[in-house]
Amino acid sequence: MSCKSNFNGGSEDRVTITENSKITSGKKLKIMTGNHAAAQAFRQARVGVVAAYPITPQSPVVEKIAEFISKGKLNARFVKVESEHSALAVCCAASSTGSRVGTATSSHGLMLMYEMLPWAAGNRLPIIINLATRATGAPWSVWTDHQDFITIRDVGWIQLFCENNQEIYDTNIQAFKIAEDPRVYLPVICAYDGYILSHTVMPVLLEDQNELDEFLPPLVHHINLSDLSTVKGIDPVTTPHVRDRGREGSAPGYFEYRYSLQKSLENSIDIVKEVHDAFAKKFGRSYGNGIYKTYLADDAEIIILAMGSVAAQARMAIKSLRENGLKIGLLSLKMFRPYPAKELREFFKEKNMVVVFDRDIGYGYEGVLSYELKSALYGLKSAPYVKGFIVGLGGRDIKTKDLIDGVHKAIAQEKTGVISYHTDFLGLRLNELENYDEEEYFKEVDE
Amino acid sequence: MTNTKKDYQKILGSVQKPVKGEAGKTGTWSSKKPVIDLEKCIPVKSGKESCFNCWLFCPEAVVSRTIPPKIDLVYCKGCGICMEECPVKAISMEEVKIE
Amino acid sequence: MVKVLDIPEEEYIYPGNRACAGCSMALIYRIALKALGPKTIITVPASCLTVLHGMQGFCTTKVSVLHTPFATTGASASGIVASLEDKGLDKDINVVAFAGDGGTVDIGIQALSGAVERGTNFIFACYDNEAYMNTGVQRSGSTPPGAFSTTTPNGKIGYKKNMAKILEAHGVPYVATAISSYPLDLYEKFQKAKGILGPKYLHILAPCPPGWGYEPKDSITIGRLAVQTGFWPLYEIIEGKFILSNDSRRFLNPEKRKPIEEYLKTQKRFKGLSEEDILNYKQYVNAVWEEIKERIENE
Repeated sequence: MSCKSNFNGGSEDRVTITENSKITSGKKLKIMTGNHAAAQAFRQARVGVVAAYPITPQSPVVEKIAEFISKGKLNARFVKVESEHSALAVCCAASSTGSRVGTATSSHGLMLMYEMLPWAAGNRLPIIINLATRATGAPWSVWTDHQDFITIRDVGWIQLFCENNQEIYDTNIQAFKIAEDPRVYLPVICAYDGYILSHTVMPVLLEDQNELDEFLPPLVHHINLSDLSTVKGIDPVTTPHVRDRGREGSAPGYFEYRYSLQKSLENSIDIVKEVHDAFAKKFGRSYGNGIYKTYLADDAEIIILAMGSVAAQARMAIKSLRENGLKIGLLSLKMFRPYPAKELREFFKEKNMVVVFDRDIGYGYEGVLSYELKSALYGLKSAPYVKGFIVGLGGRDIKTKDLIDGVHKAIAQEKTGVISYHTDFLGLRLNELENYDEEEYFKEVDE
Repeated sequence: MTNTKKDYQKILGSVQKPVKGEAGKTGTWSSKKPVIDLEKCIPVKSGKESCFNCWLFCPEAVVSRTIPPKIDLVYCKGCGICMEECPVKAISMEEVKIE
Repeated sequence: MVKVLDIPEEEYIYPGNRACAGCSMALIYRIALKALGPKTIITVPASCLTVLHGMQGFCTTKVSVLHTPFATTGASASGIVASLEDKGLDKDINVVAFAGDGGTVDIGIQALSGAVERGTNFIFACYDNEAYMNTGVQRSGSTPPGAFSTTTPNGKIGYKKNMAKILEAHGVPYVATAISSYPLDLYEKFQKAKGILGPKYLHILAPCPPGWGYEPKDSITIGRLAVQTGFWPLYEIIEGKFILSNDSRRFLNPEKRKPIEEYLKTQKRFKGLSEEDILNYKQYVNAVWEEIKERIENE
């Protein structure tokens, strides 16, 4: 038994960029899906290493990147890993060796990456993940909700949400710049709704490559394993104590490293705004203030708080409610982590009511956006009444009518003065089940 | 503009630089230390570079490949492998006082 | 044939590290680094080797090391290689993954298999102390049958996963078995692996004093017995061709092999072996060498 191997170092993807396939300069307006917008951003950001595993609904990102490389449009190493866990591990290792890296995933892929998420944050690696949001099982679902996005909120990543395909492209470019800023050095996750954005075509303006290169210069990393002039041991066991070896120097304990992570995360709010403003100045597109976008909010007494696809749908509800005389507006949250508590307190100070529509739920408590807002408003003398609803889990269609009903319900509840922690699901269709009898479903069992 | 000179920004990932004796003076791990009988030691007797089993098999790299081989007792853990591997039984493990 | 004086004098590990007295893994690592040289990047998962490298701020090696979570060794090495290839530095720098048997055979097998299947140009060295030693001697897929471990107090039921065969089935250009007790052979194998393009795999048996139950001074002797009883044949498979290593050659002759009891009785972990267990070991050794004989004759 003999096996001939044909290994040439696995470099079949390295294609020299020839004259014919040189990246041409000049802006280009194209129609493309959200997934492809993310892939285009990776290409133009000149990522060095991509390691990704296909998963619905993100697979086209991976396919597009492979296509770019095979056509010589992207000079990157695409490691076709065997699982998402390995994908993020490859990204962490490649970033530690000094390359610009990115990956993309959804739902269970992100769950599988979970072990490596705090690893990337703790090592301060500027890795970008594109998340096509998708509901987590069980039961199996391929449709969108924001559960996967919010589930990872405690690991130390910067988390941004996008509402349209142009925003996906723009946010990705900004994400690299934010992540690689020496005051930040944190990984960033850019999320967009699965199917709603990932598979829907919209016009996207691709920027001129030279201008992008000016905006996003090559990565200057704080770790570079490939530089053999200094020996580094990266990410060893780190004790609770500060380690002092006198003349040889001292090293922080785990507590100090994590303090640094938290402080840098808090600090990064300013840099997110800075990069957003710089992008707007150079390329002429802005998204609110980079932290959140508003719609008809200036004179509004009631505000709808939502993210992504929910915010997009809410604009329709607000239009309708305004026609009926209600002073209502929208705050579409773009930066979920670090949580802009100060900015939100400032914004909501003068408002009477906030109606929060969560396309996610902190099981055992309530919608994450809802309770995080409540905690941010704690102690505010004139805090608005906050009412949260759960909508659209597992891709359940969010109808404008449901949102309008929710607003009315919130208004009615506020008049009673009761603050309810009972989670309200809008858009349930239990009554369509055969033999549905509300009494039956919620009957108390007495043995 | 954010102030970039904050102390926490100097702390990034946990990174090490190499030092000797990372675990301290590991010689204190054992009160038994190897002693080489120079009258039996092959490279000493022949005056030529030969044998050097003690250097080869030491897991701690505390034996030097010299004539005679020298053992760094500050870090020698006293495992006794050099004693076992010496083909002429020139090494014995003796009790020494730990400083 | 490598001789003692062929081995470079320069050490790449500083003394005074946290490895146990008499640790075979420490010797393996020391010899391997001598063969690999200073232009090397090592990646290490959670294992005894992590501890050898030291705590925060200060490490024990003169080469850079990237620590990585338990299951990801193969992926971590892939990432380093990918980045080096992207920068055009991959031909100058060796990338070597050093994992224990847990991080290779059990939790690490997926990433290893993936990295190898992709043709990643790296060396994967498994130092096999036949249990999860770092966490306190729990059994692994590499624990031999009948051996005591804290999760198999009555002796492991089952067999020892033959990782070298699994890697051979992947079609890699170089597979080798080695052991700490034959450092010249080990050095030569690392040297050979360094010069081959593609994924290389070395499976190195590493006797462990606290885990196997013997005095630290016997680490080399016990390893030698593993080879002399025929339990651990030393060989290479280069481009599919089987080559028995010099130190194992004479054991083709069953009379030259020491009885397996001589190996088993030196370790407390085999105290609970029954007569039947020992018979199974005898049969196992015979079967292994029958297969080796056949392969050599058919080459």
